[in-house]
Amino acid sequence: MKVRISLLLGSLSAALVAFALVSPRVLAADKVDPVADAKAFQNFFFHKFPNVKHEDFVNGPYSMNEDMKRQWEEKEEFPPYEFALDAGKEMFSTPFKNGKTYADCFPNGGIGIRQNYPYFDEKEGKVVTLELALNRCREANGEAPYSYVKDEMASLTAYMAFTSRGKPMDIKIPDDPRALEAFENGKRYFYTRRGQLNFSCASCHVQSPGERIRAEILAPALGILNAMPIYRSEWSGMGTTSRRFITCNSQTRAVPLEPQADEYRDVEYFLSYVANGLPISGPGARP
Amino acid sequence: MTSSIRVRATANRDITEVQALIQHPMDSGFVKDAKGELIPPHFIQELKFACNGKEVFVADWGPAVSKDPYVKFSFKGAKKGDDLKISWTDNKGGSDETTAKIV
Repeated sequence: MKVRISLLLGSLSAALVAFALVSPRVLAADKVDPVADAKAFQNFFFHKFPNVKHEDFVNGPYSMNEDMKRQWEEKEEFPPYEFALDAGKEMFSTPFKNGKTYADCFPNGGIGIRQNYPYFDEKEGKVVTLELALNRCREANGEAPYSYVKDEMASLTAYMAFTSRGKPMDIKIPDDPRALEAFENGKRYFYTRRGQLNFSCASCHVQSPGERIRAEILAPALGILNAMPIYRSEWSGMGTTSRRFITCNSQTRAVPLEPQADEYRDVEYFLSYVANGLPISGPGARP
Repeated sequence: MTSSIRVRATANRDITEVQALIQHPMDSGFVKDAKGELIPPHFIQELKFACNGKEVFVADWGPAVSKDPYVKFSFKGAKKGDDLKISWTDNKGGSDETTAKIV
């Protein structure tokens, strides 16, 4: 007992010394520093999983389990998202009623640009995701918007992601306090516990990737958005980033937000930014 | 309308390996929709693969096969360039077919 107390006191004083030493940096941490955050975020995963190749994190649970990876590689020869990909390609090239196309709404005709989304729109002062941009494009051309969660939206984003495959995620945070705030909001949302199970996004995807939750293997948060949209066997269909956020919330028994709510846009911004440099692998297939 | 069938058939010496993915709801008839009403059964009953007019794979399916079924098998006696015809019919009388070249 005596030993334990002295040990405790010892570590306490050591902690106090350490605190005194780093306290100026603690103050500095109040400032939003996305570059340092992204570095720390990536290093956490690189150190935790030294045997996983960096670019392999974008393959989610398959980077964490050899057996699943083997099955997936075989499946990838004939992937379940192929129908969505073909449908998306056709939709993308089909003109609207006014004769314009999606290509008119996007830089580079919409080809090979997935890695730049979401971006911070300085005019609007908010984060704009690819899904949002697609629906805005439709509305600007007099078409009804698509559902954000699946079907047409998933097919369109599947095709756009496919044209960007292998390109490194390249999210920019402009020198604008509102952009930094969006990043910080997204980060806060990601680490905040909510719902009946009191889970944060990080509880599963930072704390426990590679471990099982029932029969599933949890994916690492690093690169999780690079694979969007995904075909999930559980859904027996395609889903977008919005759908993934909503189901994550429901699975922890929290109340999901509306698709493209500010918080979701911000968390997408945060998660995409910290995955900068990792390749786009979407559309993906997941169990 | 694009075909509901995707096929890849590769010949390696005597063995031809076939992979096919078919888009079909495969409703079993036991699942309820959001309104609580039963979704009527709708599933593929017969699936056929024929090479040069000769049947090489025939499946009698029921409602237990999952949505968008995937089939993989191999057979002997075909060579590169041969035609492989794939066809299915479902319980509502729907059908589709496509022909692929063995590569």
